[in-house]
Amino acid sequence: MNGSSDKTRPLLRFEGVVKRFGDVPAVDRVSLDIHEGEFFALLGPSGCGKTTLLRMLAGFEQLTEGHILLDGQDIGDVPPHRRPVNMMFQSYALFPHLTVAGNVAFGLKQEALPKSEIESRVSAMLALVRLEGYGGRKPQQLSGGQRQRVALARALVKRPRVLLLDEPLSALDRKLREETRFELVELQQRLGLTFIIVTHDQHEAMIMADRIGVMNRGQLVQVGPPSEVYEQPNSRWVAGFIGDINLIEGRVAATGPQGTEIKSETAGRLHAAQPADVSLGTSVWLAVRPEKVSIAAHAPEGSQTNVFAGKVADIGYLGNSSLYKVKLDNGLVMTAVVANRTRLLERPIGRYDRVWLSFPSDAGVVLTR
Amino acid sequence: MSGTNRPRRGWGARLVILIPALWLAVFFAVPFLIVLKISLSQSAIAQPPYTPVLDLAAGWQGLKDWAAGLSLESYALLASDSLYVSSYLRSLQIAALSTAILLLIGYPIAYGIARAPRRMQAVLVMAIVLPFLTAFLIRIYALVTILQREGLLNDALLALSLVREPLVWLSTDTAIVIGIVYSYLPFMVLPLYASLEKMDDTLLEAAADLGCPWWKAFWLVTVPLSAPGIVAGALLCFIPIVGEFVIPDLLGGSDALMIGQTLWTEFFSNKDWPAASALAVALLAILLVPIMIYQHIQMRALEHR
Ligand SMILES: Nc1ncnc2c1ncn2[C@@H]1O[C@H](COP(=O)(O)OP(=O)(O)O)[C@@H](O)[C@H]1O
Ligand SMILES: [Mg+2]
Repeated sequence: MNGSSDKTRPLLRFEGVVKRFGDVPAVDRVSLDIHEGEFFALLGPSGCGKTTLLRMLAGFEQLTEGHILLDGQDIGDVPPHRRPVNMMFQSYALFPHLTVAGNVAFGLKQEALPKSEIESRVSAMLALVRLEGYGGRKPQQLSGGQRQRVALARALVKRPRVLLLDEPLSALDRKLREETRFELVELQQRLGLTFIIVTHDQHEAMIMADRIGVMNRGQLVQVGPPSEVYEQPNSRWVAGFIGDINLIEGRVAATGPQGTEIKSETAGRLHAAQPADVSLGTSVWLAVRPEKVSIAAHAPEGSQTNVFAGKVADIGYLGNSSLYKVKLDNGLVMTAVVANRTRLLERPIGRYDRVWLSFPSDAGVVLTR
Repeated sequence: MSGTNRPRRGWGARLVILIPALWLAVFFAVPFLIVLKISLSQSAIAQPPYTPVLDLAAGWQGLKDWAAGLSLESYALLASDSLYVSSYLRSLQIAALSTAILLLIGYPIAYGIARAPRRMQAVLVMAIVLPFLTAFLIRIYALVTILQREGLLNDALLALSLVREPLVWLSTDTAIVIGIVYSYLPFMVLPLYASLEKMDDTLLEAAADLGCPWWKAFWLVTVPLSAPGIVAGALLCFIPIVGEFVIPDLLGGSDALMIGQTLWTEFFSNKDWPAASALAVALLAILLVPIMIYQHIQMRALEHR
C-alpha cells in the first residue's frame, strides 16, 4: 500500500515452516514473504494454525522444520526476549500487579533506558492510544476496550520491527470492533510499522490488510491482496471461506484466449472470460459470487450462455440488499444478491415466481480444485 | 468506588455471618476474657490458685469486691524479669528464622508442583500432606533418633566423610529449627502452591516478549503475583511457631526457653496462673501485629480487584 512491497529483500521470510505437535502438523510447509510497512492478515478458521505460526515468529514455539528469516537472518536460535518483534496477546496478558503505566514501561525497563526517556515514551504512547490520565490505574479497573489499547501500547512502545496481533479485536463488542479496525490501520500507516494480524473474520482481514494469507489445516492456501483473494480465489475452499459463492460443476469443452467453454450436465453451456490452464475434458467448477448474478422476471434476449431458469425458493431481506435463493430447473440451487437501490413498496419478484438468472462471462472464475 | 452501590444485606446474609461470629465468640472471645481476667489476679495457694475469685452469688457487692482486687502485678512482673523478655525475643527469632528457611525450601517445591503436568500435581500435593497421616509425636521422636549422637544424620555425615567426629545436634537451636521446618512445611507449600497454580503462563510469555529473560521474569512477575501466597504461608507458619511448645521441648536444650515452654513452666511447675495468663495475653498482643499487617495487605489487594 505504501510502495515498499517492491523492495527486493523481504523484511520477513518463512521458508518451508513446519510445526508438529506429536504427529499432527499444526503448521504445514508454510513459505511466505512479508515486506516492510505491510499490514498482513493471516486468515483461517479456528484451529488452522494461525496462532502457532505467530508463536513461532515470536519465539515461543520451536520450528519442527524450515526457517524464519528476519532481515535475511535466521532467527531460529534467538530466544524470545532478544527478538525485535512484539506480540499483542489474544488474552492481552496484562500484568495485574502493575499499573497501566507500569505495564507500558515494562518492556522499556528491560532495555535499561534512562528513566526520563522511559517516562516520556510511556506518556507519549498512552496519549497515542487515548489513555492519558489512566496511567495510574490497574488493568482490572479498565473496560475491555481500554485493556486492548494498553496491550497495544505495551507492544508498540518497544518500536518492534514487526508487531504481531493475535485476534486483537475478538474480545470487543461489535461496534467497538468496527471502530478499532480503522484505528489500527490508521496507526499502522502513521507509524509506518509492519503488522501481522491473525483473524478468523474475513471482513476484518479484507478491511484492514494490504495482503491476506488464507490458511487451512496448517497450510497457506492462497496469498494476495483482499480483492484478488475475493475475486480470484484459487480453490472452492477459499472461495467459500471468503464470502458466499455459487459453484457449478462441468467439464472444459474449449479454452483459449477468448475464454473457457464449460459443458455442464445439469446447467448446459457456460462461458468464462478467463482462459483455464487445463486440458480439455477436465472436471472444473465455475464459481460466481451472488452479487454478480442478475435476476429477472423475463427470459433475457440474445445469448443464452450463463442463463438459467428457475423458481424463487426463498427471499432474504438484508436491508441494503436482498438475497434470492432460486431452485433452477436443472435441480441446482443458486443465490443472487441484488442491491436495494430504491425503496420498493412492492417487490416485483416474489416467492415461487418464475425467474431467470444470468451473469456475464467475466463474473465467473474457473476452479480446478 | 466500592461500597456505594453494594446491595443491602438480607437476613440470609446476616445469618451466614452470624455462624463464624458465634464460633469466634464461644471459642475465642470467652476463653480470652477468662484468661485476661486471671492475668489480672494474684497467685495464691488455694483452689483455684489465684485471688480474687468472682463470686456472682454475692451479687453487686461481690462484683465490686472482685474488681477492687484486680491488679496489673503480673504484667509488671513480665516487664521486670529479663527472663520473660528474652524468652519472647528468642521465640520471635526462632520463628523468623524458621519461616525464612521454610519459604526458601517451600517456594521451589510449590513452584515445581505448579509446573508439573496436571495429573501429577494432585499426586505431589498428596505427597506433601502424606507425613501428616503419622502422629505428630511419633514423627518428632523419630527426629530425636535421627539427630542423636549415634543417629542417622551423624552416620550419614561420617560415611560421606563430611565430618570426622559425630556432631551434637540434639538440644541445640539447630535441632529446634530442623524440627519446626520439617513439621510446618505443608503449611508453607500449600498456600504457595494455591497462588502459583492460578498463575497465567501467558504473563511469562508476555514478559519474555517484552525483552525480559526468564530468570528476571521470575522476580518481576512470578514472585509479585504469588505475594498473597507468600504472606499467607509465612503467617500460617510464623504465628504458631512463636507459641510452639512440643518441638523445642523435645529437641531443644533446657538453658534457654521459648515462650511456650516458659508459659508451661509458669502454669504447671510454678502454679502461677496469673503470670501464665499474662504471658499468654502478651503473646497474643505481639502476634496481633503481623496479623494486622496481613489484613492491611489483603484489604489493599481487594481494593485493586
Ligand atoms: N501446545 C500445543 N500442543 C498440542 N497441540 C497444539 C498446541 N498448540 C496448538 N495445538 C494444535 O494445533 C492446531 C493449531 O492451533 P492454533 O495455532 O492455536 O490455531 P488457530 O490460532 O488458527 O485457531 C490446533 O489443532 C491445536 O489443537
Ligand atoms: Mg488462535
